[in-house]
Amino acid sequence: QLPTGLYKKVLVILHDSVLPYMNEPTLMMDFLTVAYGIGGAISLLALNGLFILIHQHNLEYPDFYKKLYSLLDPSIYHVKYRARFFHLTDLFLSSSHLPAYLVAAFIKRLARLALTAPPEALLMIIPFICNLFRRHPACRLLVHRPGGPADMSEDPYVMEEEEPSQSRALESSLWEIQSLQNHYHPDVAKAAAVLNQSLSEMEDDISGLLELSAYELFDKEVKKKAVDVPLEFEQVRGLFGKKNDIFAEHFSLD
Amino acid sequence: SNPFEVKVNRQKFDILGRKTKNDVGLPGVSRSKAIKKRNQTLLKEYKEREKTNVFKDKRFGEYNTKITPEEKMIRRFALERQQNYGKKNIYNLNEDEELTHYGQSLAEIEKLNDIVDSDSDTEDRGTLSAELTAAHFGGGGGLLRKKVPSEQQDEEEEKPKSRKELIEEMIAKSKQEKQERQTRRESALELTEKLDKDWKEIQTLIARKTPKSERKDKDVEKPKPDDYDMIVRELGFEMKAKPSERLKTEEELAKEEQARLQKLEADRLRRMRGIDEQANKKRTSHMSADDLADGFILDKDDRRLLSYKDGKINIENEEEEEKEGEEEEEEGEGEDNENEEESQEESASEDGEDDAADSHSDLESDLESEEEAAGNKEEKKHKGNENESQNVEKLDPKREAAKSELPYTFAVPESYETFKSLLAGRTIEQQLIILERVQKCNHPSLAVGNKAKLEKLFGFLLEYIGELATVDLPELRTIDKLVLPLYNLCQMFPEAASDSIKFILRDAAHDLEEVIEVKGRATFPGLDTLIYLKIISLLFPTSDFWHPVVTPAFMYMSELLTKCRITTLQDVIKGLFVCCLFLEYVSLSRRFVPELMNFLLGVLHISLPKNQAQGYTVVHPFTPVGKNLELLLVCDKEDLESWEKQNVPLSIVTRLKETSRTETNHIRLSCLALCFDLIKKCAALYESLPSFHEIMHPVRILLTEHVPVNEYPEKLQEWYHSALKELENKVKHYTPLICEKKKPVPLKQYTPKIVKVLEFGRKQAGSKKEQERKQLIQRHKRELKGAIREIRKDNQFLARMQLSEIMERDSARKRKVKELLGSLATQEGEWKAMKRKKWKS
Repeated sequence: QLPTGLYKKVLVILHDSVLPYMNEPTLMMDFLTVAYGIGGAISLLALNGLFILIHQHNLEYPDFYKKLYSLLDPSIYHVKYRARFFHLTDLFLSSSHLPAYLVAAFIKRLARLALTAPPEALLMIIPFICNLFRRHPACRLLVHRPGGPADMSEDPYVMEEEEPSQSRALESSLWEIQSLQNHYHPDVAKAAAVLNQSLSEMEDDISGLLELSAYELFDKEVKKKAVDVPLEFEQVRGLFGKKNDIFAEHFSLD
Repeated sequence: SNPFEVKVNRQKFDILGRKTKNDVGLPGVSRSKAIKKRNQTLLKEYKEREKTNVFKDKRFGEYNTKITPEEKMIRRFALERQQNYGKKNIYNLNEDEELTHYGQSLAEIEKLNDIVDSDSDTEDRGTLSAELTAAHFGGGGGLLRKKVPSEQQDEEEEKPKSRKELIEEMIAKSKQEKQERQTRRESALELTEKLDKDWKEIQTLIARKTPKSERKDKDVEKPKPDDYDMIVRELGFEMKAKPSERLKTEEELAKEEQARLQKLEADRLRRMRGIDEQANKKRTSHMSADDLADGFILDKDDRRLLSYKDGKINIENEEEEEKEGEEEEEEGEGEDNENEEESQEESASEDGEDDAADSHSDLESDLESEEEAAGNKEEKKHKGNENESQNVEKLDPKREAAKSELPYTFAVPESYETFKSLLAGRTIEQQLIILERVQKCNHPSLAVGNKAKLEKLFGFLLEYIGELATVDLPELRTIDKLVLPLYNLCQMFPEAASDSIKFILRDAAHDLEEVIEVKGRATFPGLDTLIYLKIISLLFPTSDFWHPVVTPAFMYMSELLTKCRITTLQDVIKGLFVCCLFLEYVSLSRRFVPELMNFLLGVLHISLPKNQAQGYTVVHPFTPVGKNLELLLVCDKEDLESWEKQNVPLSIVTRLKETSRTETNHIRLSCLALCFDLIKKCAALYESLPSFHEIMHPVRILLTEHVPVNEYPEKLQEWYHSALKELENKVKHYTPLICEKKKPVPLKQYTPKIVKVLEFGRKQAGSKKEQERKQLIQRHKRELKGAIREIRKDNQFLARMQLSEIMERDSARKRKVKELLGSLATQEGEWKAMKRKKWKS
């Protein structure tokens, strides 16, 4: 019923400047539920208020995880409220009483979506997934399946399935992270390679990684001091003069 | 020394090979030494503890050992005079003021008067004058005569000389001395000259005579010493023939080149995997003792190697050799003839006119394989030019004439303005030559400061290129050429080059970040930044796992593709350019770039009519709904028909020409073709990734279900199909993941750990660092202990001093009291005695 901009503004401040001062926070229940159902960024923002209601005011929310699961789409790695969303998701998934199939579905979906994510998000999500593995050892099947079939022609995981229990995530493996081991960013590749080994016991602290921005990453790289600078040994023959230069095929210097 | 003063530290066991330092001590000696030292330092301090007065030695230069005593004295004297002079002047009003009387100095008058008086006295008194006495009394006056002037002199001397006079005298003296010295030297010189002359005259005589006599002597002693001697001498002085390096044959050269390339390639692969970075770091490269550490490597083949083939000198420039090396890999031995042809052609083309060179290079390129696939005639022209510009020695007469205007030496410009003015108004070739000459004239091995200067030159060149790219009509052809000197400079100074490029990147990224913070969205940067990114790929190996320049460039490009908004056709072209860059960067390392796929998907998305997005989602810069939709959509049938694949001119990026709709549509279609091609290349590149199908899934859906293939012109359909084919015919292949096996952690055992003892009496802890740390700790402990001990001893010493003081004072008091008591007792005694006397009396 509200315009989108206003909706966002209200939801951003709701959880820490409105809810604590209300006598009857449960009155916001309907508002939040509706907002949660809208989808997109608004749903992400509504999550925070909803969490407070569930956590402190005994709100019973049916199919909460299913809804959360359906919130995961490619844009979550690109939106502004990424840090807040993943902070909450981390909270929701920290319960050790969650069924393995659910966590596995979340892991698989997050990993699948990570195939389109920028490096700053990847640096956050990979430790995030590692933490999930640590909390739910039953999910380690995703990275370690010694007795499985040797060759599969299809990934058993069904991305389009709305219901986490039906997604067959536990039968799959995390090939996405394996692909990310070939990521161009050295830190991402290193982080992804961690899943090759068996994990350490301690959880990674991801609170510092949530707010990571692309510029920070760039700055960090630029400020690194190099001992020596390797050089290209192929002699230059002009701007587009390389062998099989893509540019020469499609661009002209005019 | 006295055996009773020696204390021997007994050792329980004799250990062979152990050096003992402290087996004998001299406690008495060391104690007395310590006490003496304390007496000199601590006691002094103690005694002066309540005194604030300090004795300061203000004598000039008393503790300065650099000044000789005489000089010191002179300076002191001067100082003293100065002081006195100043001080006196305050109170003494008429020290230097001369009092006058009728314009004559009073002092002068006084002096004169005195003298005149004395003289006149002698005259007036009527005593005998000297002459008279001499005349009349003969020898007797001799004494007197002599005496008189001396007396007068004495009188004069006795008068105290003023300071001025003194100094004047000194100056005069020194001047005189100087003159004397000079004359002496001159005369000595004259004498030596004369001697020389004489000697020459005599020498001729001697020279004629002596050999005869000598020969006579020698003839007797040795029969033929002269010849033998000569030969021996000759042999001794003759330059020893050294074995020079054999001239290499053609094959060997090619082989070497190949080996070098292979080594470099292996190196690159190692860096790409980024595994054994640490291992690599440890291995330090060999440094010759003569190495100047200026980055100048002699065996880099910027020189041309002389080689023989079939008994003929084979001159080729380096580029060609490289090419041959490559060719040989492919073709084997059978291309000797070709080589010859090439070299002949090369020299011919170099000598000939420009046109001739072009035609020859055309021919040549027919023989060669790779380049001409895409190249048009223009490009070949470049190549010809490059070859020519690379070798300076041979220049065609025409060029020579044009170049004769250029000076042969250049100073390295100090600022960017001077650099620009240096290149302003020159043609491309001239600019290249200027740059080359600047480099040659200021090679770091020639002078000390040249390295820094040339490093600056790299920055200027970069800036210049950026400027060329930002002007309204970008001079990309010039940039194309300028890349060569840039590459050479980069090879010479990798650190400086990487620093300046990083600086540019940081600026660009900073600007981007600022724009995002202020406006919330960013726009694509100008063409210059794109060119810089391209240049990075030319200068540095982009396949490294981590590289100080390339990795930040990756980050920056990723930001460009995810943050910048797409609103115009230019943005699309720029974005596609960045995509090409990405693809080129990862072409060897085959690294995965999610942004690239997202962007290509988005580009395809905006080529579709509205409201078709189903089965896939586009991410950030593109939106499923919004302004930038249908940016690449072409509906016009005629334009579709008339389209032909063309290369997108880069100048479009800086300014949008007033183009007709048809042209715009054609560019759109070219962009689409480019997009299809990129997708195809990506598919080929990422084939090996385990989740290849998941990555390509959205693109495939879009291609198969949404793209209106049938409306496209045939050429574009070809592009489309080749891309789709590349996507489809990949087998799906999944193997479950298995963790790497961890090394089992060994159980803790109770058997003793056996460590090889390398050196007795020394603790052996793991690494060098650890050892150093332990040593430091130990030393610290020892020093601390020593310090504590010293302090304790100081305190003891002080206490002793205080005690002795108190005792002294007490004893003095006792003595005084005794004295008083004694005197009182005597008094009393006397008084009593007196009393007794009274009573008695």
